[in-house]
Amino acid sequence: MAVTFDDVRHIAALARLDVSEERLPTLVGELNAILAHMEELQRVDVSGVPADLAAGMTPMPLRADDGRQYPLARPRETFAPAMGDGFFLVPRLATHEDVDE
Amino acid sequence: MNANFERAAGLNIILAEDRDARPSVDEGPLYDVPVAIKDNIATLRMPTSCGSRILEGYVSPYEATVVSRLRAAGAVIACKTNMDEFAMGSSTEHSAFGPALNPVDRTRVPGGSSGGSAAAVAAGVVPIAFGSETGGSVRQPAAFCGVVGVKPTYGRVSRFGLVAFASSLDQVGVFGKTVDDAALALRIIAGRDPMDATSADVPVPDYRAAATRPVSTLTIGRPIEYFPDALDPAIRERCDEVLDRLREQGATIRDVSLPHSGLAIPVYYIIAPAEASSNLARFDGVRYGLRITGEGLTAMYEATRSKGFGTEVTRRILLGTYVLSAGYYDAYYRKAQQVRALITEDFRRVFASGVDVLFTPTTPTPAFKLGAVSDPYEMYLNDIFTCTANLAGNAAISVPIGTVNGLPIGGQIIAPHFGEQTMFAAAYALERL
Repeated sequence: MAVTFDDVRHIAALARLDVSEERLPTLVGELNAILAHMEELQRVDVSGVPADLAAGMTPMPLRADDGRQYPLARPRETFAPAMGDGFFLVPRLATHEDVDE
Repeated sequence: MNANFERAAGLNIILAEDRDARPSVDEGPLYDVPVAIKDNIATLRMPTSCGSRILEGYVSPYEATVVSRLRAAGAVIACKTNMDEFAMGSSTEHSAFGPALNPVDRTRVPGGSSGGSAAAVAAGVVPIAFGSETGGSVRQPAAFCGVVGVKPTYGRVSRFGLVAFASSLDQVGVFGKTVDDAALALRIIAGRDPMDATSADVPVPDYRAAATRPVSTLTIGRPIEYFPDALDPAIRERCDEVLDRLREQGATIRDVSLPHSGLAIPVYYIIAPAEASSNLARFDGVRYGLRITGEGLTAMYEATRSKGFGTEVTRRILLGTYVLSAGYYDAYYRKAQQVRALITEDFRRVFASGVDVLFTPTTPTPAFKLGAVSDPYEMYLNDIFTCTANLAGNAAISVPIGTVNGLPIGGQIIAPHFGEQTMFAAAYALERL
């Protein structure tokens, strides 16, 4: 299964990455070279093998679903790019640029 | 050697500040011992940038549990160490802040992704350092730099404050000049942490007590798949000598087979990028780190991430997004998870057959020259002997076993889940040879 230029444009959009047209040929070539090595897996018989085996071989302990707040040593204003009235500020969605405040 | 972001001239100031800031004045097992911390483990008083422009200068508002435990044990957090960006790499060449160099030969890489921590211990800057493991990022640089490197069992050490790369694989690891230093350090950071739901509630023994276990009580497996025809002949020869010496000392050496190990690289490089593509979605310029503004929200996301991430991280995010995308999930991600289950079962079966630990080379070659490996997949092959322990969740350690053409090489001991005590017993024996 080889990726095309359009595939890479599509997955770059999904991943919120701005990939330039100049860089596309290199990325397509590299991804296809890597994926070619993955083809080896298609020859492995995995019939009856579960796909949800966790790496941790001991059962994960469950904690209370209490939505705890972890104390921060510094307020969010010290590390957030933009904040106002306790909220993170972001640019307006392009689809809402014409909507009044 | 660019191992540490903080220049040597500033090191004393940091030491003094940190000494004053320690929560306990009691003498602990690491009292006044300077330790180095990989730059993806959160510290309150130094930046945590993950070797990335997107987090350049970011100072965490909370501290990793590992760091808290070290400080409570009396350690002094001396410096943060250079790394491949977001721990994606095997050479520490993929840092936004320049490559780290191998102190044994500065024309060569120290390995990666925890190359700065390995170099710091090898150069004598600190006796103990900490890194993170996803596919071999502690053991491989330990082997390249001639120090000891431990990858604990999945769940053995809290990951609270470790910036996530691939959450089903990540684990905090330890570097030491000696096995004894590594055993001491691991005991301090290991154990259940309520802040990390994946940390296991399993008792932490005194790993240093393993030093007294006679090697004659150990059955050591030699997995034939880890000694392929293509293995560097000098590394094979040295490994054979090591096994002969252990046999002479009374250990039982047995050839075993882990038949699916040869599939580990493709499995790893599907699962790890898939998880990374999800974990790194949080770096979008909204809550912390770099923000590049654009025309609207989506443009800001794309501009921030494209300027903030380097080439290898971008490549892996794209690969991970692809293998998780509709139409390809079953062929890649689901298949990789199933083969991962087969790899895990291989280990379980061998250990259930009476083998205490496995012995393999840590890497297929010694440290390579800076810039010598440009093909991404060729770089990925550095993890060929190490990433299986991450996929299966086992404990593993790399111990120096000599040199090839003046360059250090490592021998790897792999142990069952939470079998660190047995792992250290074999490691002490290896170190004494």
